[in-house]
Amino acid sequence: MRRVYLDHAATTPVDPEVAELMAQVLREVPGNPSSIYAEGRRARALVDRARDEVAQAIGADPAEIVFTSGGTEADNLALRGVLAAREGEADGIITSAIEHHAVLDTARDLAAHGRARVTVLAVDRDGRVAPESVGAAIDARTALVSVMHGNNEIGTLQPVDEIGAVCRSRGVAFHSDAVQTVGALEIDVRAMPVDLLSVNAHKFYGPKGVGALYVRRGTRIATVQTGGGQEKGRRTGTENVAGIVGLGAAMRLAMARRAAESARQAALRDRLIAGVKARIPDAILTGHPAERLPNNASFCFSGTQGEALVVSLDLEGFSVSSGSACTSGDTEPSHVLLALGLPRDVAQGSLRVTLGRDTTEHDVDAFLAALPPIVERLRAASGAAVPA
Amino acid sequence: MSEDHYSETALDHLARPRNVGTLADPGGTGSDANPSCGDRTTITLRVADGQVADIRFRTFGCTAAIASASALTELASGRSVEDAAGLEPADILNALGGLPARKEACALMAIGALRAALVDARVKMTG
Repeated sequence: MRRVYLDHAATTPVDPEVAELMAQVLREVPGNPSSIYAEGRRARALVDRARDEVAQAIGADPAEIVFTSGGTEADNLALRGVLAAREGEADGIITSAIEHHAVLDTARDLAAHGRARVTVLAVDRDGRVAPESVGAAIDARTALVSVMHGNNEIGTLQPVDEIGAVCRSRGVAFHSDAVQTVGALEIDVRAMPVDLLSVNAHKFYGPKGVGALYVRRGTRIATVQTGGGQEKGRRTGTENVAGIVGLGAAMRLAMARRAAESARQAALRDRLIAGVKARIPDAILTGHPAERLPNNASFCFSGTQGEALVVSLDLEGFSVSSGSACTSGDTEPSHVLLALGLPRDVAQGSLRVTLGRDTTEHDVDAFLAALPPIVERLRAASGAAVPA
Repeated sequence: MSEDHYSETALDHLARPRNVGTLADPGGTGSDANPSCGDRTTITLRVADGQVADIRFRTFGCTAAIASASALTELASGRSVEDAAGLEPADILNALGGLPARKEACALMAIGALRAALVDARVKMTG
């Protein structure tokens, strides 16, 4: 059966050109970038070039790029690093209810260990944080505001420019997890008032296990791990040379394709959303109707359960995901869907479709043909009103 | 049986659930829910000559919950009331070729609904 992969927010396939470059590095560049002899210098040159590529893509200076093992580590470094640097003078973290676990759980962990006070801002029904609420939450001991750029589940884009402007006017560092937007939207840190920005290669056709944190010059940040002092002491550990090369190349390729590709995907996304609404009139679009990632279409279908939707679509050859993880007997709707104010039963029937470079109009139409009978079957099985 | 994946049989029950619905005039109705996840199953059945003559299920839940209830209706159908009341989660797991380990509570929910429906049928017949 032909598979149609529609879960690009989870991960993207590695671009063949990126894979080829990485394989070449693994085969031909054995050196440690910290070594001063020829093999080391060669590895160092590759890491430096990748740093230039990443910096250039977001309008940063290469010295402001810290390579990490991915988005989760970048988020951890931003929160833990800033809090550690400000220890004794500022301990407040302000974040939002729809952040990725890498941010929310890190903030909560810092709070649980008495190292931070955490304020979690509510969002509106479209998943947007009001910039005024950020301003209202900032106090004299606020160290960091962390609000993501684009939400991984519902696709909502946050008003990061306005939020960043509030932070800047109050002298508070602003971090944004941009894992879902880098590669899809234009990001220029010269214009965007952001001090820290998380990047993850495998969301834009690069390898898994490598990412970066942009740290604006002058931002106070301490290291969270100790060792050999790589990355100017901000992220110690021998560099993942092949992965970093892959990140740089994936970033360069994404920049070249971004404008045309994001417009193409947005048109397909709109076709998909309109098609679902036409075929299943009571489908609920989750996330902001307009201010959303170009590749994200996410819904709730009452009377269904997300896991059963995902497994049913898998049987028909479609790879999609649900914000309702069903593990260990717990069908807990995601914190993101609940933060929108959706009733628990409705939030359980969530489905996320995320398009990618390979997605065609034919794929979207095939999905639109496959989905309605599945929703209908699951609704028939659940019944409109099963007594609890 | 794989720890994390559904069997072909379980997936077949998801794609083609057996005996879906609610009987119009049931001899017995029983429901069970898994409070930890909000999944719920209702079984309606009719008893004739001491046997489960007709049975339907409705489930709001995951693949495992739907497949368990669907498989259970096949297991219970045509059995004597006593036999049907003696069905256990292990019988569902056998019929499905297993469930992912973390999903075995779903079979228990189906059994709970069936037993409640059988009790309801007995109460109605004697009452």
